[in-house]
Amino acid sequence: MKTVKAIYGLYNDPDSAQGAVDALRAAKVELRDLAIISSEPFEEYEFGRLDHRTPMPWLAALGGLMGGVSGFLLAVLTQKSYPLATGGMPIVTLWANGIITYELTMLGAILTTLFTLLVAARIPDWRAKIYDPAVSEGKILVGVVNPREESRVELKRRLSEAGAAETKEVG
Amino acid sequence: MTEKSPNQISDDLLRPLFQTSWKFFALVAFLGVFVVAAFASFGYQVYTGIGVWGIRRPVFWAFDITNFVFWIGISHAGTLISAILRLANATWRRPVTRCAEVITVFALSIGAMFPIIHLGRPWLAFWLIPYGSERQIWPNFRSPLVWDFFAINTYLIGSVAFLTLPIIPDWALVRDKAKGWRKRVYSILALGWRGTPKQWSRLETAMRIMAIAIIPVAVSVHTIVSWDFAMAPVPMWHSTIFGPYFVAGAIFSGIAGLIIAMAALRKFLHLEEYLLPIHFDNLGKLLLMMSLLWFYFVLAERLTAWYGNAPSEMAVFWSTQEGSYAPLFWTMVACNFLIPFPILAIKRLRTITGTVIASLGVVVGMWLERFLIIVPSLSRKFSPYSWGTYQPTWVEITLLVGTFAGMVLLYALFSKAVPIISIWELKVGMQKKSVVSSQLSVVSYGKAQKADTPLANEAAKS
Repeated sequence: MKTVKAIYGLYNDPDSAQGAVDALRAAKVELRDLAIISSEPFEEYEFGRLDHRTPMPWLAALGGLMGGVSGFLLAVLTQKSYPLATGGMPIVTLWANGIITYELTMLGAILTTLFTLLVAARIPDWRAKIYDPAVSEGKILVGVVNPREESRVELKRRLSEAGAAETKEVG
Repeated sequence: MTEKSPNQISDDLLRPLFQTSWKFFALVAFLGVFVVAAFASFGYQVYTGIGVWGIRRPVFWAFDITNFVFWIGISHAGTLISAILRLANATWRRPVTRCAEVITVFALSIGAMFPIIHLGRPWLAFWLIPYGSERQIWPNFRSPLVWDFFAINTYLIGSVAFLTLPIIPDWALVRDKAKGWRKRVYSILALGWRGTPKQWSRLETAMRIMAIAIIPVAVSVHTIVSWDFAMAPVPMWHSTIFGPYFVAGAIFSGIAGLIIAMAALRKFLHLEEYLLPIHFDNLGKLLLMMSLLWFYFVLAERLTAWYGNAPSEMAVFWSTQEGSYAPLFWTMVACNFLIPFPILAIKRLRTITGTVIASLGVVVGMWLERFLIIVPSLSRKFSPYSWGTYQPTWVEITLLVGTFAGMVLLYALFSKAVPIISIWELKVGMQKKSVVSSQLSVVSYGKAQKADTPLANEAAKS
């Protein structure tokens, strides 16, 4: 994967990664310039919970509502388009349509969740991004994207002091 | 599992993707023969007509619909069980969930083919779709079969998403470890996944929402499949118990399918250190519970019919108890209850081998159960002058065998393309275990009366 201009450290354990995040914050690095990448989630650590608020459950509920309305309309409009009385049953029947409404409610919620995830997690995205294959070997990457030229030395020192197994500059 | 480093876990679980022995190709060729035979028999039926099937008036539903109900039932192994265990936060689920979710996707796909095959002239399937009706077609959009279409497709789409989303981080792992053409393929499949806190957080939230949404969908799918029968005034079908009876049966056969799949994966992919006896023991307990539940439903259904003594129902009832279908019925009872119950109830017998033997019995028994729900009722309808019999032909039997071979083949191919155990979820499980143990040791060292973190509290309680 191609990379962008960045400076980062690779950490063997989440404690030192948390230390690096704290050190970079102390150096007034903005949250949006901070890069943290790991091969597993670390919910027990503060850096693993950054930016965790999401409206995804509400959007799923909204998607479900829209799916349910669509399902009901699909069933009713189809039955009205083919007004054939079968076995003396009514043309539009709520009992039968309730099932289609229910299934499409759930489908709406599932598809909205899927779509929201893709948008929020920004996938698919094959453009150049800060990354190091060492992450797949269990290392945790903590770094700064597009650091200012004059602060590079200072940032590298802070990353090293936090316990980086290795520090790298790219771009 | 002995303590392993994250790298060792990755290496162990990625090995099947990078190393392929001749045995795998031999297995694919062996299964492929049966699958090709099934396609050939289907082609023969299409070319010759449905006269090559054994179905005759009044038995118009037989093997195809049995296969449909059976495979939809097997599909309940995966997403439903995985979602329940995920929401219950059962830590032992981590090596099991993906093995289970794959079963759902493939079993649903196989099951969903059968209504189309059963049409006899599948190229006219589009007649079922609402389209300009110049030829005065007579569609009934209130039919339970329409509910099937929506339920199965919702479950299939949800299950594919539920299976695929947690695979993306593992594909990223493969991308970083692979070389050559594999690297290019997995780079595309990984969708540019990196593993930022935001991506992990969104993925976990999405999985929780999907788990909540998929459970009622799974229940609805087999309830609706049961309503294909229960909505018809046919003896022994028109029953309010059919919904929960079918759902329980589906989960029962699904767990059995999962145990067999896990045992095969454990042996052939050498996953002995990941799929542990405790997993089989836990699933064995679930299977035992479902066996008891199944027996309860069968007893309730049979006793109600017998006590009611309605002539039409009793004709079907006695044909399965003492008549021509009795050997199949009692084989079913043996396979679903008499054999698995002692094996699963006695702890000493609830080993990997024991649970697999019980599960093989349950798979056979549940296929027979689907057959016995469908065929005897149709062959003994209200008027004795319209009674009939059914015997399958080689075409139907070949198709049935082909579906089992196809299922195993799809599973084998999948296990070569995707880590069959979710690597990142396994690592999270180990991470949480180490956090809990470190917190507990701190608590014990400080002689504190109460742990001060939720995880330590939870662990201390347990």
